[in-house]
Amino acid sequence: MDLGETAVKAKAFSYFRAATIDQALDAHARAGDDARFIAGGQSLVPALSLRLQAPRLLIDITHIGELRGVRREGDALRIGALTRHCEMLSEPLIAEFAPLLHAAAPFVAHPAIRNRGTFGGSVALADPASEFPAMTLALDAEIEIAGLSGRRRVKADDFFIDLFETALEPGELITAVYVPLFRADQRFAFDELARRRGDYALVGCGMLATCTGERIDDIRISFFSVGNTPTRVKGVEATLIGARLDAERIAAAQGALEGDLAPPEGDEVPPSMRLHLARVLLGRLLGRLGEGA
Amino acid sequence: MSAPLTSLDRPNSYIGRALPRPNAKRLLAGRGRYVSDLKLPRMLYAAFLRSPHAHAKIVSIKIDEACAREGVHLVATGADLAKICTPWTGTLDHFKGMTSAPQLPLPLDRVVWAGQAVVAVVAESRAIAEDALELIEVDYEDLPVVVDIDGARKADGPLVNPGSANNTCFRSQLDSGVVDDAFAHAAHVVEEEFSFGRHTAVTLEPRAIIADYDPSAGMLTVHHGTQTPYQFQDLYSRHYNIPEARVRVIATDIGGSFGMKLHVYHEDMAVVGLSILLGRPVKYVADRMESFVSDIHARDHRVRARVALDAKGEILAMDVLDLTAIGAFSTYPRTSVVEGNQVIRLIGAPYRFKNYRATLEVIFQNKVQTSQYRAVGHPIACAVTERLVDMAASKLGLDPFAIRAQNVIPDDAYPQTSPTGYRFEALSHQACLKRLHEMMGYDALRAEQADLRKRGIYRGIGIAAFVEITNPSPAFYGVGGARISSQDGAILSLTPSGEVRCLISVTEQGQGTEAIISQIVADQLGLAQECVKVITGDTEVTPHGGATWACRGAGIGGETALQATRALKRNILEIAALILQEQPSALDILDGEIVDASTRNPRLPIAEIARIAYFRSDTLPPGTQAQLTVSHHFAPQGYPFAFTNGIQGCSLEVDVETGFIKLLKHFIVEDCGRVINPMLVDEQLRGGIVQGLGAALFEECRYSDTGQLMNGSLADYLVPMPMEMPDIVIAHVETPTADTELGAKGVGEAGTAAASACVLNAVNDAIAPFDATISSIPITPAKVLKALKRF
Amino acid sequence: MSGFDDSLLNEADETVRVRFVVNGRKVACEVAPRDTLVDCLRDKLELTGTHAGCEMGACGACLVQLDGRAVHSCLIFAVQADGGRIDTIEGLSESGLLADLQAEFHRRNALQCGFCTPGMLINAHELLSQTAQPSREDIRDALSGNYCRCTGYEAIVDAIDAVAKAHGENGGAT
Repeated sequence: MDLGETAVKAKAFSYFRAATIDQALDAHARAGDDARFIAGGQSLVPALSLRLQAPRLLIDITHIGELRGVRREGDALRIGALTRHCEMLSEPLIAEFAPLLHAAAPFVAHPAIRNRGTFGGSVALADPASEFPAMTLALDAEIEIAGLSGRRRVKADDFFIDLFETALEPGELITAVYVPLFRADQRFAFDELARRRGDYALVGCGMLATCTGERIDDIRISFFSVGNTPTRVKGVEATLIGARLDAERIAAAQGALEGDLAPPEGDEVPPSMRLHLARVLLGRLLGRLGEGA
Repeated sequence: MSAPLTSLDRPNSYIGRALPRPNAKRLLAGRGRYVSDLKLPRMLYAAFLRSPHAHAKIVSIKIDEACAREGVHLVATGADLAKICTPWTGTLDHFKGMTSAPQLPLPLDRVVWAGQAVVAVVAESRAIAEDALELIEVDYEDLPVVVDIDGARKADGPLVNPGSANNTCFRSQLDSGVVDDAFAHAAHVVEEEFSFGRHTAVTLEPRAIIADYDPSAGMLTVHHGTQTPYQFQDLYSRHYNIPEARVRVIATDIGGSFGMKLHVYHEDMAVVGLSILLGRPVKYVADRMESFVSDIHARDHRVRARVALDAKGEILAMDVLDLTAIGAFSTYPRTSVVEGNQVIRLIGAPYRFKNYRATLEVIFQNKVQTSQYRAVGHPIACAVTERLVDMAASKLGLDPFAIRAQNVIPDDAYPQTSPTGYRFEALSHQACLKRLHEMMGYDALRAEQADLRKRGIYRGIGIAAFVEITNPSPAFYGVGGARISSQDGAILSLTPSGEVRCLISVTEQGQGTEAIISQIVADQLGLAQECVKVITGDTEVTPHGGATWACRGAGIGGETALQATRALKRNILEIAALILQEQPSALDILDGEIVDASTRNPRLPIAEIARIAYFRSDTLPPGTQAQLTVSHHFAPQGYPFAFTNGIQGCSLEVDVETGFIKLLKHFIVEDCGRVINPMLVDEQLRGGIVQGLGAALFEECRYSDTGQLMNGSLADYLVPMPMEMPDIVIAHVETPTADTELGAKGVGEAGTAAASACVLNAVNDAIAPFDATISSIPITPAKVLKALKRF
Repeated sequence: MSGFDDSLLNEADETVRVRFVVNGRKVACEVAPRDTLVDCLRDKLELTGTHAGCEMGACGACLVQLDGRAVHSCLIFAVQADGGRIDTIEGLSESGLLADLQAEFHRRNALQCGFCTPGMLINAHELLSQTAQPSREDIRDALSGNYCRCTGYEAIVDAIDAVAKAHGENGGAT
C-alpha cells in the first residue's frame, strides 16, 4: 500500500440517480466515461473512500426496475443484476434452480454486506477471490450486457479476461445473468478454505456435474482465489467425464490440477501451498459429489 | 475461596458479587460519548501526510497549493511545531545505557518509518484536509532501510540513527546461580528458537484527540481517548510550557485501549501544537490504516532458550537470549524496552529452579515503534517457558500436568524470590493445576484424542502456567525518572441528600472500574450501590493518580477507594455520635441508616446527618466542623508488585491437510486474589484470552523487505472474530494479597499472558504423531503445512 | 429521456438536499455526494451512537437499519439512501425494539468499551427476527462481521442466546 496518501474520505464527485438503463448509459457517456455505476457499492464505496478510485460522476443504478427480479425464462433462470446476495439465500427460485449459488451465498462476506451487495455488481467487479463470479463459470451462465450500442450476451467462459478486467466495455453495465435451470440428473458441490468466516478464501471451488447414475457425463469445476481471474479447470474436468468418482479417479483429478492452475506469488500463501490447498479442496468436493452431495 | 471481606449476610455486601455495570446502560442505548463523537464550536480537523518511505531524507516540502485550498486553515511542518514543542526522549534511568533519539511531533529532515506523519493540514473538514494533502509535494531521498532483526545487527549494516555506533537501543543481562554447571551436569537439555510476530492493539475506536487551546486564558483543554489522563496533563504542560494547572485532560468514554492509548504519539502531540498555533479546537481521529501504521505495535521477539533437567524431570536451569526489534525510537514516556525486560524476568516464573541466565538485546529498525500492549512480555515469556516444559515432558515421557506438578513452586513455600529477582508473596500453582485437570476432564480428553487419532482426526491438548505482574509500585517507572504515578487518589463526599460522590484517579475503559469502585464504596460505607456516583477521567476534578496500566485499577484504585470510604465513614459516624449522643464505636452504617453496631437497630438515616451537617450546623455542638468530604491517597507498599498466577488449557483440532486450526474449548484457572466482581473478572479473562488467541493464530503486522506494512487494514490484518473463537470455562483460586485491606490483585492481562502459549502447546501436541513441531507465533496454516511438509 | 443534466458534472463540491425518515421522523439535510451515511448520521444529524471503526465494512460498528435491513452505513453514500427509512441505535432504543437484547447484554455484561455494541445489537436483532431459535453457532455466524476487541464474544453470544430462548418460551415473538 502507498502510505504517502492514505485517505478515508472520498474525493468529491457528482451523483446521478438513473431511472432507466438508457439514462445510466447516457450519463456515463456524457461524463466522458470518467464515471462509475454504483449498485450495492460494497466494494466500490471503500475504493472511493480510500481514494483508490476517484471518478467524476457516480451513477446510481439501484432504482432501475428492469435490473431487478429473479424469474424463469425458458430453460434458464434470469437473475437480475440488482439481486442482492441475501436474496440468493432467501429466494426460492434460486434454491430450486440455481442451488450452487444458494450454497455459495453464505460464504459471501457477512450478513450486512449480503443485505446490500448485488449479484450483478459482484460479477462486474470480477474479483478473482469472490464466490459468485467463479460460480457463473461452473454454471455455464450467460451475462447480459447493456451498452449504448445495444444489448448482448456473453458466456461466462468469455467474460473474465484478466485481473478485474472483463468483457464489459467502458460505459457498459450488466443487466442480468442467465443460469441454466438445475436438473434432477445434476449434482453440485461448493466449499472454500477461508481463515475466518466471511474472509476472502485462500482457495475456493464450486462444481456442477451432470450424471447418469454414478457416471459423470459432464462436469464444470471453477476455482476462485487461485489467480487473476476465476478459473475453470478444464484439464481436471476432462479426467472426470465418463468416469465414476472412486478414490483413484479423484486422485487423478487432483493430479491434473497442476496443469490447470498457476497460482501467483502471494504475500502470505506461496503458489505451491495454494496449489496444495486447491488439491485438498478438490478432493473433498469430489468426494462429496460422489456421495451425492 | 478466601473469607469474604464483608459478611455476605448483611445488606450492601457488594464485594464479591457479580453485578452488572451501572454505566453500561448508556453505551447500550448508543449514548456513549467517545472523543470521536465530540464536536466543539469552531472546531477544525487535522489530517497528516505520511511518509511512503521507511527511511529517507526530507529534501523539500512544498505546501503553497495546499495552503491556498479553500477551507484550509493551516499547513504545518516539523519546523513549525518544533518552535513551540520541546523534544522528548524515550529512555528511563533504570535501564542503564539505553539510548533513543529525541523526537518531535513531525520530523525536521528525516523520516524513519513508512507511515510516519510528515506534514499536518488543518481544515474545515477531514475531507477537505485530505484534499489538501494531495496538493503537498515532499521530495525524499532514499536512505538504506533496516527492516529485520538480522539486518539490524549486522556489523557495517545500515543504521537507523546515522552517527550511532550500531542499532542497539539497550542490552541487559541476568545471571544467577550456576548456569553453565547445571547444563554441564544435566541429564536432559531441550532447546528451541522461537519467533513472535509483531502485532497491534486494533482498538475498535481508533486514537482520537481534540486539543482546544484558549489563548485568552492560556488554557489548554484536551479531550483525549487515553487511559492515562494525568500523564498527558504533565506531558502537555512540560513540552508546550503551559502551567500544569492550566492543562486539563478529559478522558471520557473510550473505545478500547489495552495499553496502546497511554503512549505519546506524534500526531497527538502535533494536534496540541496545531491548536496552540490556531487558537481553536483541532480534532484528529486516526483512520484505520493510520492506526495500523502509527499505533504502537508489540512483541516482535526472537528468543533462543534452553532448559536443563535432571533424569527425573526436575528443572535445573534456563538460559535465554531475547532479541527484540522495536522500531526507530523507544516510545515515550514508558520506553520500548519494558517488554523485553519483562520477557527475561518472567521466563521460568512458575518454577522453582535457581540457575538462570538471560540476555536481552533491544534493537532499532525502520518500523513504527513497539511498546506496552496488554500483557507486556508475558505471552512471550510464557510461550517460551511452557513450550520448553512440554518439550522436556515429551523427551522424558512425562505428562504435561505431571512435569508441571513436579516443578512448580509449592503453594506452601511462599514467600519466594525468583532467580530473576521478582519477589512472590503467595501464589497457588498447585491448586490451579489440580483444578484445571478436573475442569478440563483431562483424562477423558486424552482418551478421546487417542480415539480420534485412529480415525485420522488430530486433536491437540495444551496447557500453560503463568505468572502475571500487577499492582506496580514506583519500582516500575518512578525509579526510572518517569512522572508516572503508581499511587491513586480519591475524593469522597457525602452529598446533602445522603448519597456519595467519588472522584477517583483510576479510569474506565469498559473493564468496569467505575462499577467496582462503587461496589467497594457502597460496601464499605453501608449504602445501596445506586447511591454512589463514581466520576473518573478528568484532571480538572479527579485527583492525580496512575489511572489505568499494568493491572492496577482494582488492586490500587480499589484500595484507595476502600481507605477513603473508611475515612468518610469515620467522619459520618463522628457527627452521628454527636447527634445521637453515643460513642462513634457504638454505631455503624447499614443500607443508608445509622444503626446500633450491636443490634443493628436503625437510629437515623445518613441523609439526616447530611442535612444537619450542611444546613443546620447550628444544631451541632459548638466547635464541631463536619468533614463530609475526604480526600485520600494510597500508594502500594510492601511487595513492589502483586504477582498473580494461573493456568490455562485448550483443546483444538488441526486439519493436517489444510493446516487450519479449530479451537474447540479454552479453560482457565486464575488467582487474582480478592475478587470484587466475579462477572467482570471473568469477562476480563475472556477478553484477554481472545486477544491472546488472536495473537496465536491470526495477528501479525507483515512487512515487505523495504519496510512497507503489507496488511494495514481490517480486511488484511486478521483480528479474532466470533465464529472462530471458542467458549471459555473459568474457575478461580483466591489468594488475597496481605499488602492491602482489600487483598485484590490485577486480572486484565492474565488471559492474554498464557493463551497463545496454550495454543502453541496444543498444536504441537496435535501434530506430534507426524514428528512435526512449530515454534513460531502466529501459527498460520502455512506454518502448519510447512511443519507437516505438505507443500 | 436523459434526465441527466451536464451541469451536474461541475457541481461535485456542491451539497445536495436529501430526505430520509430517520428513527420514524422525516428529516432533510444538506450533504455532499461524497459524504457517507455514517458521516451524515454522526455529523449532520448528531446521531453519534452509530460508530465508525474501519470505514471499509470490516468491523460492523456502523451498522444501521436501512429500509428494515442491517447495513454498513460506512458503505453507503448518504445520497444513495435518499428517500430511505433509516433506524439507528438511538431510535431502536427509544422505540423499545431492542429492549430485551439491551437488558440481557447489560445483565450478562456483554459489552465493555461499548464501541461495537450498537452494531452488535442491530445485527442480533436482525438475526432474531429471521431465525427464531438460532444455535450458538448460528449466532456466532451472524456476528461474523462484527468485531469486538474487549469481550471475547462469549458474553455476547450468551446474551443473544438467552433472549432467543426467552422469546421461544414466550411464544416466539421477537
